[in-house]
Amino acid sequence: MDSNVLLQVKNLNIKFNSNQIIKDLNLSVNQGDVLAIVGPNGAGKSVLFRALLGLIPYSGKIEWTENLKISYVPQKFAIDRELPLSSKEFLSFKKKGEKEIIDVLLSVGIGAEHKNDPAHRLRHITDHVLKQRLGWLSGGQLQRVLIAWALLDNPDVLLFDEPTSGIDVGGEETIYGMLKKLHSERNLTMLLISHDLNIVYKYANNVLCLNKEMICYGSPATALDSSALIKLYGSETGFYRHENHHH
Amino acid sequence: MDNSLLLQLITGSIIGLGAGYVGSFMVLRRMSLVGDALSHVALPGIALALLFNLNPFFGAFVALFFAIFGIWILEKKTELPSETLVGVFFTSSLALGLLLTPEPELLEALFGDITQITKLDLAITFIAVTTIFLIMRKISNNLMLSIISKELAQALKIPVNKINFIFLFLVAVVVVLGLKIVGTLLMGALVIIPAAAAKNASVNLSQYTRLAILFGALSAVGGLLLARYSGITPGPTIVLTAGVIFLGTLVFKK
Repeated sequence: MDSNVLLQVKNLNIKFNSNQIIKDLNLSVNQGDVLAIVGPNGAGKSVLFRALLGLIPYSGKIEWTENLKISYVPQKFAIDRELPLSSKEFLSFKKKGEKEIIDVLLSVGIGAEHKNDPAHRLRHITDHVLKQRLGWLSGGQLQRVLIAWALLDNPDVLLFDEPTSGIDVGGEETIYGMLKKLHSERNLTMLLISHDLNIVYKYANNVLCLNKEMICYGSPATALDSSALIKLYGSETGFYRHENHHH
Repeated sequence: MDNSLLLQLITGSIIGLGAGYVGSFMVLRRMSLVGDALSHVALPGIALALLFNLNPFFGAFVALFFAIFGIWILEKKTELPSETLVGVFFTSSLALGLLLTPEPELLEALFGDITQITKLDLAITFIAVTTIFLIMRKISNNLMLSIISKELAQALKIPVNKINFIFLFLVAVVVVLGLKIVGTLLMGALVIIPAAAAKNASVNLSQYTRLAILFGALSAVGGLLLARYSGITPGPTIVLTAGVIFLGTLVFKK
């Protein structure tokens, strides 16, 4: 493998019973890449992540560089509001001290609305986030706490499966802004599943269009041409409508 | 206080501690109904053991072991609590047990008989519950994580299926321990109700499990005393005490 390459996928095939979920996928990810994975519902995006994490059986090759720390933020994460578990207990499952937990919460932008008053911000984090039930956090806060959870291990690679709902559009934008910052500060390689092509154009340097097989692959500006979009979403207008929806 | 009452109270409260602890995770796993009905499965086991002249608690344990094994397989296959199937299967086994159990032993099997508690029972209970506590402490974080998100737990290489099996095994152990004081009809309730009450009153996990453990012991002690001074069988009074605690915690519901 090239010394810059962190991940190589060759002839990946995934089947559930007789259902082909992913067909003949080839791809490689370099150190420092931000790879966005787009595709319609049921295209196999989350399944691909689970295969990359080694959670499901597959045929073909998935080769990560040795000794990489890979962290994962799953999409499905519905927490019961009544669940008796505080955010602090959740983050402490990673066996890190309180200082590390607070540092990582600061770096994912928790309490950023109080950023001009560090003491107030710290109080906000300990009283309103750490002591709080995890299920009481807002969608955006929970997403940030999950990213913080993933970052506590100081990963080299972050796999982020964007939730289809739960974050308002404004919130989504700042989450990606924050991920971008983490990417440059920590030299983090990121694989993002996204439902919003605007996000892809803005933050990714590579895109994989997936609909069971690879439809396009390359830099967003060149790979996401109209023929790829038609193949991916059925019609080009579908994409424009999708985009209008967010404006 | 006479010696036999003291023996009952100590044994009963230890069982309550174990039931509360294990129950707290049954409730979190949305297995309240399963847990409630699980103890019914012990009855045909007791009946078969009596028919073949074996120790009835051995029979109960074997039956419960098959039941939790069945639940474990179902969970692995579907990832959903298979409530209907469990409900049908567990209540049917109660019906079967009612038919099979010889009449003289039936009442004791259904409601327990604490007057027969011996010092040996206390010793066994103490050792078993201590073991349950040690194992629960070790697996509870990972158990919690797999409740929040199975994917997240698997991504951290936590052996989710193994931990689930160990946990369900502990549930079976605690139910068997409770058969003598609460009986097959109601032991499941002593596992579930203290935890449900604790959930009303707690914000975090350590508070929740501690309260569930405390409520389990309080239910046992309160119910046993109530039974002694009113001359009723303790099984129902223990479960009713737990029910009253549950009502009380509704006031503090967060």
